[in-house]
Amino acid sequence: MNTGKLKRNEQEKPDKRKILSALICARLLFQKASSKSRLFLFSIFAGLICAGCRGSQSALDAGGIQSERLENLWWIFFYICATVYLIVMAILLTALFRTKKADAQTAAEIAPNPEREKRISNSVKVAVAVSLIALFALMITSFRTGRAINTLAQSPDALSIKIKGHQWWWEVEYEDPTPSNNVTTANEIHIPVGRPIKLELESNDVIHSFWLPNLHGKKDLVPNYPTTFYFQADKAGTYSGQCAEYCGYQHAKMRFIVVAEAPEDFDKWINAQRQSSAVPATDLQKRGQEIFLTSVCTQCHTIQGTIAGGKVGPNLTHIASQQYIAAGSLQNTREHLENWVTDPQKIKPGIRMPMNNYSKEDLEALIEYLENLK
Amino acid sequence: MNKDNEEKIKEEKDRKQSRLITPETIEAERRELEKTWFEPRGIIGWFSNTNHKTIGLRIICTAFVFFLLGGILALLMRLQLTRPENNVLGPDLYNQFFTTHGTTMMFLFAVPVMEGMGIYLVPLMVGTRNVAFPRMNALGYYVYLIGGILLYVGLILNVGPDAGWFAYVPLSGPEFSPGKRIDLWSQMVSLTEIAALIGAVEIITTVFKQRAPGMSLNRIPLFVWAQVVTAFMIIFAMPAVMLASSLLSMDRMMNISTHFFNQAEGGDPILWQHLFWFFGHPEVYIIFIPATGFVSMIITTFARRKTFGYTALVLTMIATGFIGFGVWVHHMFATPLPQLGQSIFTASSMLIVIPNAVQLFCWLATLWAGRWNLKTPLIFVLGFFAIFVMGGLTGVMLASVPLNLQLHDTFFVVAHFHYVLIGGAVFPLFGAIYFWFPKFTGKLLSEKAGIVNFILLFVGFNLVFFPMHILGLNGMPRRVYTYIPETGWANLNVLATIGAGVMGLGALVFIGNVLYSLKRGAIAGENPWGADTLEWSVSSPPPEYNFQYIPVVQGRHAIWEKTEDAAVVTGLSVKLRETLSTTIQDAVPEHKNQLAGPTIIPFLMSLVIGGVFIGFIFTPWAMPVGLTASFIVLFIWFWSNSTSHRPFTHGKIQEDAKKEDGAPPAQLKPTEANV
Amino acid sequence: MKIFSKTAILILFALVFVCCEREERGFRVETPNADRINSKQLSTLHPGQGTTNPPTVNEYENNAYALAEGKRLFENMNCTGCHAHGGGSIGPPLMDAKWIYGAQPEHIFATIVEGRPNGMPSFRGKLPDYQVWQLVAYVRSLSGQVSKNAAPSRDDDMQYKKPENSIDKQTINNSTLPKSAEAPQ
Repeated sequence: MNTGKLKRNEQEKPDKRKILSALICARLLFQKASSKSRLFLFSIFAGLICAGCRGSQSALDAGGIQSERLENLWWIFFYICATVYLIVMAILLTALFRTKKADAQTAAEIAPNPEREKRISNSVKVAVAVSLIALFALMITSFRTGRAINTLAQSPDALSIKIKGHQWWWEVEYEDPTPSNNVTTANEIHIPVGRPIKLELESNDVIHSFWLPNLHGKKDLVPNYPTTFYFQADKAGTYSGQCAEYCGYQHAKMRFIVVAEAPEDFDKWINAQRQSSAVPATDLQKRGQEIFLTSVCTQCHTIQGTIAGGKVGPNLTHIASQQYIAAGSLQNTREHLENWVTDPQKIKPGIRMPMNNYSKEDLEALIEYLENLK
Repeated sequence: MNKDNEEKIKEEKDRKQSRLITPETIEAERRELEKTWFEPRGIIGWFSNTNHKTIGLRIICTAFVFFLLGGILALLMRLQLTRPENNVLGPDLYNQFFTTHGTTMMFLFAVPVMEGMGIYLVPLMVGTRNVAFPRMNALGYYVYLIGGILLYVGLILNVGPDAGWFAYVPLSGPEFSPGKRIDLWSQMVSLTEIAALIGAVEIITTVFKQRAPGMSLNRIPLFVWAQVVTAFMIIFAMPAVMLASSLLSMDRMMNISTHFFNQAEGGDPILWQHLFWFFGHPEVYIIFIPATGFVSMIITTFARRKTFGYTALVLTMIATGFIGFGVWVHHMFATPLPQLGQSIFTASSMLIVIPNAVQLFCWLATLWAGRWNLKTPLIFVLGFFAIFVMGGLTGVMLASVPLNLQLHDTFFVVAHFHYVLIGGAVFPLFGAIYFWFPKFTGKLLSEKAGIVNFILLFVGFNLVFFPMHILGLNGMPRRVYTYIPETGWANLNVLATIGAGVMGLGALVFIGNVLYSLKRGAIAGENPWGADTLEWSVSSPPPEYNFQYIPVVQGRHAIWEKTEDAAVVTGLSVKLRETLSTTIQDAVPEHKNQLAGPTIIPFLMSLVIGGVFIGFIFTPWAMPVGLTASFIVLFIWFWSNSTSHRPFTHGKIQEDAKKEDGAPPAQLKPTEANV
Repeated sequence: MKIFSKTAILILFALVFVCCEREERGFRVETPNADRINSKQLSTLHPGQGTTNPPTVNEYENNAYALAEGKRLFENMNCTGCHAHGGGSIGPPLMDAKWIYGAQPEHIFATIVEGRPNGMPSFRGKLPDYQVWQLVAYVRSLSGQVSKNAAPSRDDDMQYKKPENSIDKQTINNSTLPKSAEAPQ
C-alpha cells in the first residue's frame, strides 16, 4: 500500500538525519568545550527551545509524516544556525577582550600593516566560503524536505474533506457519492489515522489560513482560489489548530480541532453524523426545541430533521457530540453553552451571533435540547 | 609627490596668507555668510525654514515622537496579551492598535528617521552647504508630518485602521472594512511615501552633484553610500505601495468603485500581496541599510582604524539593494502559488544572506584589528551584533519554504523581524544618536545614562522577543488579540510583557538623558570622538552654511587623511546662498549653484497635497480641485524662483571665482585612489 | 500659537462627534428603542398614508459598520430572494422613490417586523431589534437616504448594481401607489 511505503521511507530517513545532527552536535560541543560559559548559554537556549516541544499545538510535537519531516528540518536549521551564531559571538567577545583599548585621541590607523590585512582578508574569505557552503547545504535540505512533504499528493485513496473558511469559523463537509450521506459539521474534523487526507480549501469571505502545526504547515484560503492541502496523522489523538492569517475581529478565536482516530472509530463517527438530529425525549427538551424553532436561532443554524435550515452559522445537528463550541475556543460544557447562547458577544465580540434574552426556564429548556443533540 | 609640486603648494600657501586670507577677511566673510544664511524667525519663519539641518532635526524629532507613540501602543498590546482571555483592549481596539503600531514603526518612524539622519548628515559629510533642493526638502517634512498626524488623529477619533499594516484585501477592501478607517490608512501611506521619495531625490542629487572636490565615488563615507543605496531602493520600492494603496482607495471610493482586487470582476486579491511585498521586503532593507551605514561609521571611529574592506562593504550594500527586490514572495509561501516559483524565492532569500555575511565579517575584521574606544555608540553596535545576527539566522529559517509553512504568520516571525529591525536598525540608530548628538546640539550625552539605557533596552528586548520564538513554534499565530488558556502560552507571554516594561524604562532613560544633556551635558567641541568624516571638521552644532570654505578631500577618511596644507574651495559668493556643483564620478568642480532661501511656499504646497489626499477620502472631486490648487501654488513656487543658476562650463569656474572675490580658485590635489 | 491650539482642539472635538458615530463598532449594542413602533397599533395597514409623527431617528444610518452589517443581513436573511439587490423582482424594488408602506425608518421597521400582504413575511421574533434596525438603515441606503460617507461601497462580487455609496438620493414620495394597485415590479 502506498501509505505503507511512505512510512517505511520515513523510518529509514530519520536515522541518517539523527547521525547528521549528532555529528553537528558533536562538532558543536567540541568547539564549545573550551568555554564553559558559552556551553551554559547554549544549554539554556536549547533548553528553552526544548521546553517548546511539549505544547498542545506545537510544530515540534509531530503527529504525522509531514510534520515529522518539518520537525527534522527545523532541528537541522536550528543546529547550524546556532553554531554560526555562537561562533560569531565568540569572535566578538574574543575581540572585546583581546584588543587594545584606545580613546578618542588615539591616532587612527590609516595604513595598517599590509601583511596583517592580508591575513584578515584571507580569514574573511574563508568565512564567506564556509557560510556559502552552509547556505547551500541548508537550501538543498530545504528543497528535499519540500519535495518529500508533497509526496502525499499522489496518493489515490486520500479522504477528501471540504473546508470552507468563514469569518470566524470553519465549515467542514465530508462528501459522499450518495448525496444524502454528505456530512456537514463545523470546527471539528475527524480523520482516520494513517490515511492521507485531502483538504479542499476555500474561503467564503476574506483570506484565512488553515494551520495545523502538529500535522503540517499552513495553507491560505484565498477567496476564489480553491486549493488542496494533503496531510496525514500517524498518531491517534486530538490536535488543535487555528487560523493563521489575520481575518478580522475574531481571528484569535477562529480555532478548530482535528480528531485522529482508528478507522473503525472514524466510520462509527461518520455514520452517527449522517443521522438526523436526536428527537427530543423529555418535555423539557421538547419545549427547548420549540424555543429553538420559534426564535432567532433558525435564521442561521441548521438542525437536520427539523425546520431549522439556516446556512449562515455552523450546523448544529450534532452539536452535543463536539468537544468545543465557539469555533474551538470554548469547551462544550453546559455552563459555557448557556453563556454562549445568552451573550456570545462577550466571548467573541464582533461575531454575527446576536445576544439573546431568554427567561431562565426557557434557557434551561433550550440548553437541555441542545445538550441532547448528540 | 615630487619636489616641484611641494614648492608650488608652499608658494600657494604663502600667497594665501600674505595677500588674501587674513584672519580679518575670514571673519568678515563669516559674518557676511551668517547674514546670507540667516534662519527665519517667528511662526511664519518656522514654516519657511529650508535649512537641511533644521529640517533633518525636525524629521528625527518627529520620528522619535512617533516611535514613542508606537511604543506606547505596543505596551498596551503586551498588557492585553499578558493573560489568556484578557480584556484590557478587546478585539476592535487591539486590531486598531497593532495596525497603527506596525504602520507607525514602518512608515512614520523607521524610514523617516533614517532619511532624517541622511538629510542632516549627508550634506555635511559630502561637504556642501545645503541639500540640492531645499524647498522640496521642506515640503517633504510637512507632507510626512501631515501623514503622521492624519493617522493619529484618526486613531483618537476611532478611525484607526484595523486591517493590519499589510492591509490584505479583501479584508481591507470595501466589503469587509466599512467606514473610512482603511481610506485614512491608504492616504497616509501615500503621503508618507511622497515624503520618502522627496528625501530620496534630495539625497541622490546632493551626493551625486554636490560633493566637495576630491571626494570621488570611492572616497564617499560608507554612511553616505548607504544613504544613496537606500535612496535608490526607495525610488523603486515606494511607487509600488503608493500604487497599491491608490488602487485600494479607488476600489473603496464612492462613485469610483473600481475592481482591481475583486476577483469576480477580473481583479485579483493576490495582486495586492505582490504589490505590497514588492515594496514591503525592500522596505526592510531601506530601514536596515542606513543602519549599516551607522555601524560602519561607528566601528571605524571607535576601532580607531580604517574600515576593513571598504569596497566590499559598498558592493555588498549595492548587492543587497538589488537582491532585496527579488525576495518578496517569501512573505507569500502559504498562498496558492506554484511550488517551483516559491523555491526560486527560497534561493534568492538565501542569496541575500551572502552580502550581509560579507558585511558582517568585514565589520568583525575591523573590530578584530582595531583598538577599541569602548563608548556608548560602540556598545550599542555590539548589541546590534548580538541581536541582529540572530535575527538574520532566523531569517534563513524563514526562507525555507517547508519551514516557512510552519513559522509563517506566527509569533516566531514577530520575534524574527523585531530581532532584525530593532536589532538591525534601532540599536544602531541609538548608537548613532549617541554618536552624533554632540554634533546636533553641541552637548555630549551622558555616558553613564547611556550604559543604563543600553542595558535596559538590551535585556528588555531579549525578554520580550526571545520567548516569542518559542511561542511561535508552540503554535501562537500573529495578530491575535487573545488566546485561550488551554494553549499554555500564558507564562512566556508574561515574560514578554515584563520585558516590554523594561524596554519602556530604557526608552524613558533615553529621553531623560537627552533632556538632561541638552541642559547640563558636557560641551562637545568640534570632534569629541576623533572621528574621520567632514561633519566633525566644523563647529558643533554646525553653522547654518556648514562650511565657510568647502574643503578639498584627500582621502576616504577626510579628517584622518587631511594634510597640513589641505586646500579649500574659495570663490563661492558670501552674499548668495551658493554652493559648488561637482561631477558625478570624480567630484571635479563644474559650476556654482545658487540654492533657494527660506520660503513659506513648501508649507502651502504641503497643505494642498494633504488637502487633496484627505479630501479624496470623502469625495473624488478632491482630485480636480486639488490639481487646480496645486497648479496655482506650483506656479507661485516657480515664479518666485529668484535663484539664478550660473552654468559655468568646466574650467571657467576659476576665472569667475577670481573675478568675484579675488580669492584664489579651488586648489585641487591630484587625487590618488587608495583602494 | 494659543489661538492655533484652541482652534485645533475645537476642530478635533467637532471631528470626534462626526467620526465616532460613523466609525463606532457596536458589538454589544443596546438596541434602539422600538417600543413606540411595537406598542403602536400596526395591524391595520395604511398603505400610502403619510405619517404625522416625527420620524424616528435611526442612529445606524450614520454608522458604517451597522450599514455593512445590514447589507450582510439583507443577503443572509434572503431579502435578495424577492427584492433582488434592491432592483426588485417578486417583491417591490427598494432603490426607487416609491414606497407603499412608508419610507421612514419606523415604517420600514414595521414592514419587516409585521410582514405585508402579497408575500412579505413577518420577521417578528426572528431577528433581534438591533439587526432589524441595521436592515432598515441598509434598505434606506439603497435609495440614497443615508450619508454617502457611511453607506457601504462595492462588494467583492459581480457588479449587479451601483454601490450604495454611489446611489443618488431619491426624493421619497410616500403617497405614490402603483397604478395597477398590484404589487409593483
